[in-house]
Amino acid sequence: MSLVQEMNERAIELGVPLSVHLDVTYRCNERCVHCYLDHDDHGEMTTQEIKQVLDQLAEAGTFFLTLSGGEVLMRRDFFEILEYARSLRFNVRIKTNGVMIRKAEARRMVNLGVEQVQISIYSHRPDVHDAITKLPGSLKRSLEAIRFLQSQGLKVVIANVLMTANRQDHAGVQALARELGASYTLDPTITPKMDGDTSILGLRISGSDLHAVLRNPDLVGNVEEFCAPPPPPGDDIMDGYPCSAGHTAAYISPYGDVFPCVQFPLPTGNVRKQKFKEIWQDSPALHELRSIRARDLPVCSTCSHVGTCTRCPGLAYMEGNMRGPSTADCEQSFQRTGIPSANMLRKARTNASGPLIQIQAAAAI
Amino acid sequence: MSDRYIARSSAIAARMLGGEMMIMSSVDSTFYTLNEVATVIWQAADGRTPLSEIVSALVSQFEVEPEVALRDAQQFVDDLSPHGILLVSDHPIADSSPRSAETA
Repeated sequence: MSLVQEMNERAIELGVPLSVHLDVTYRCNERCVHCYLDHDDHGEMTTQEIKQVLDQLAEAGTFFLTLSGGEVLMRRDFFEILEYARSLRFNVRIKTNGVMIRKAEARRMVNLGVEQVQISIYSHRPDVHDAITKLPGSLKRSLEAIRFLQSQGLKVVIANVLMTANRQDHAGVQALARELGASYTLDPTITPKMDGDTSILGLRISGSDLHAVLRNPDLVGNVEEFCAPPPPPGDDIMDGYPCSAGHTAAYISPYGDVFPCVQFPLPTGNVRKQKFKEIWQDSPALHELRSIRARDLPVCSTCSHVGTCTRCPGLAYMEGNMRGPSTADCEQSFQRTGIPSANMLRKARTNASGPLIQIQAAAAI
Repeated sequence: MSDRYIARSSAIAARMLGGEMMIMSSVDSTFYTLNEVATVIWQAADGRTPLSEIVSALVSQFEVEPEVALRDAQQFVDDLSPHGILLVSDHPIADSSPRSAETA
């Protein structure tokens, strides 16, 4: 077990929110077609409010702090927030589109001891990238930002969200990352909007494209191992919890709402009304979430993928039940191994078991 | 030895977890955990307190022999300073840690 894993185990035992993702704004200078956010400002926390939240997080034991948005640099006080966070000795990672990062901003981030900056790049082709962000020239600006950051010695991760519009471009983006000396991470997950609107799910790549991605050695490493049928789950799996959301991880919105994860809009409280620690320790919703083990999942506990599936409880929640399956992850498990999930089999049975004869009253015709 | 000063680098993240200090270098993302004795030395590494004074504090706090405390302190410095997360000097070092929330 690595030191970081040991630390995670200890944080679970002690009930410490080790990692917090704080969105400082939902405003953005891009209008990405797949974005799940409402970019209007509905009353963001002030600089002072955010500093108070950071004080509370430090007191609660948070170590990893991700500052994200929206676009973080849309806030004029972003560097004041960052400086304050670093003075509290958080390990800070920043997620940005990089469009507003020039040499001066890059140098400031390095001097403040930021550990890592993640920048979204959708394609190596300007027309494809800019069509997704709806900001002309954005690829050029984002790549310049990566060069500025790299030249200052800051670690950069290129995040490549895959959707229908750029489904063929991951190899190009990966090559670009290599050329720039940046790390590369690919994510084929498009999530519903935070208000529950699922219209953007149509942008998800097809099953056959997902199949090709999950069987690409440049992306997954050892394909045979990655795509192997899941082993039978043991008690450790069935008694395990689905992910760190709400256990050692939390998300805070620009309005102070606290959720288990950015992808898990289960209301637990608001830091404008309560101290973060009170929410973390006393929220009934978090208590319920923490009580759920794999064996408590009515469908997934019967699934052969239960021990290896990337099931996201937040996506399941957005589908209507945080104990239910997340169909996007069912699809991934299926495309990875060729073995349908219990949820897929259940749906197939339901579809095949329609009534033999359907009768409708004449008055309704 | 008695004239040496140690200070925490500003390029680190640090937090207490269950009585032990977690540290991560933002330069190379190396992760460290410090045991109870090392944590006390770390928290005292303010750049102004001479190492000899830190050793004396260890002797009284952990009820160990001075040579044991000295050896622990020496090892602490030898282990951490090559990684750049601990600064060592023969003179007092300007404070590199604006606040001490890591002790929370």
